[in-house]
Amino acid sequence: MIDDDRHLDGNAIGGLLQVLFGREMTHELGCCGNCGAVNPLGATVVYVDAPGSVIRCPACGSVLLVAVALPTGVRVSIESLRWIDLAEIGA
Amino acid sequence: MERTAVRGRLSWLLADVVELIPETPRVKSIRLRVPGWTGHLPGQHVDLRLTAEDGYQAQRSYSIANPPEGENVTITVELVDNGEVSSYVHEELRVGDRIELRGPIGGYFVWEPARGGPLQLVGGGSGLVPLMAMARSLGGAAVPARMLVSARTQEDLIYRQELSRLPTEIPDLRVDYTLTRSQPDGWKGYARRVDRAMLGETTFDSGQNPQIFVCGPTGFVESVATILRELGHPPERIRTERFGPTGG
Ligand SMILES: Cc1cc2nc3c(=O)[nH]c(=O)nc-3n(C[C@H](O)[C@H](O)[C@H](O)COP(=O)(O)OP(=O)(O)OC[C@H]3O[C@@H](n4cnc5c(N)ncnc54)[C@H](O)[C@@H]3O)c2cc1C
Ligand SMILES: [Zn+2]
Repeated sequence: MIDDDRHLDGNAIGGLLQVLFGREMTHELGCCGNCGAVNPLGATVVYVDAPGSVIRCPACGSVLLVAVALPTGVRVSIESLRWIDLAEIGA
Repeated sequence: MERTAVRGRLSWLLADVVELIPETPRVKSIRLRVPGWTGHLPGQHVDLRLTAEDGYQAQRSYSIANPPEGENVTITVELVDNGEVSSYVHEELRVGDRIELRGPIGGYFVWEPARGGPLQLVGGGSGLVPLMAMARSLGGAAVPARMLVSARTQEDLIYRQELSRLPTEIPDLRVDYTLTRSQPDGWKGYARRVDRAMLGETTFDSGQNPQIFVCGPTGFVESVATILRELGHPPERIRTERFGPTGG
């Protein structure tokens, strides 16, 4: 589906996700709001291009999240990420 | 098991460069001591951050090569032509320097003996690094494990001596090799890019339900993962870590 030689896996943004959620997130499941595919965040498709990263659904290519570097830090936009499961945590 | 990988806040730490180890003409290992390190799991990585005098920062991920051992963290870095961070690591970094890193990072592309086997590792170029942390942690775990290693030439094969020794120390581990560009006289391994026949001959079949870890340049991982799916392995048993553009 996604055919090029530069994309990475969700593992590559494990650091950012950990900063965002305060815990390891690459083994947690996320659901694509476009096609409904459920995958560990570590198995998403990531493009790291200055000035930020685009995280896509491995099944349909929809943009799930975008992280853009700002002079003051980072801006994370939640696009078509429908839900994330957090294991071992009560709601 | 996942619990050990679930950690709290991630902050930047200062690491001391303890030793620089040439692995091949283009690859170096950097032994670091990281005060405050909370330990790690095989397969995890660190983010390294360089800051120039004018404040400009560059950040890259590097897999951890050593099994958990206190505050010691070893990374193995391949020199990428015109690479911002890898050329700094190769050309400027000295023993006694301090560098900034954060970690350990990752809980998906990780394996530890408690997760059992069979364990199937497939690595291309510097993609061997996180797989080596897994293989090095096998010890006496009695987990059936296989590793298929791809490099361009014998000279480019990282951890070469240790890799040839490991299966004699760990009887449950089998290591197969392919050299894609040139081979020394009397070479007994494969001499082509990883393909379906090679994976069929060297890896656990889907009936054995192995946990599979594939790591290397993006193109390598792409083609290996596709063939493994065609060979009947369920996608959720194939964990991948792409390092970026082909080069390794
Ligand atoms: C989770 C993860 C773990 C990683 N672990 C390791 C590791 O253990 N050892 C290691 O050596 N690398 C590893 N990498 C790759 C590493 O993060 C850098 O991408 C690599 O060192 C190049 O960075 P650079 O600053 O030197 O090059 P850049 O300045 O980013 O790039 C310079 C040029 O090289 C090309 N390029 C970028 N990355 C690569 C690459 N990987 N191979 C070939 N060409 C490239 C670019 O397209 C560009 O044209 C890992 C990547 C990820 C996502
Ligand atoms: Zn989708």
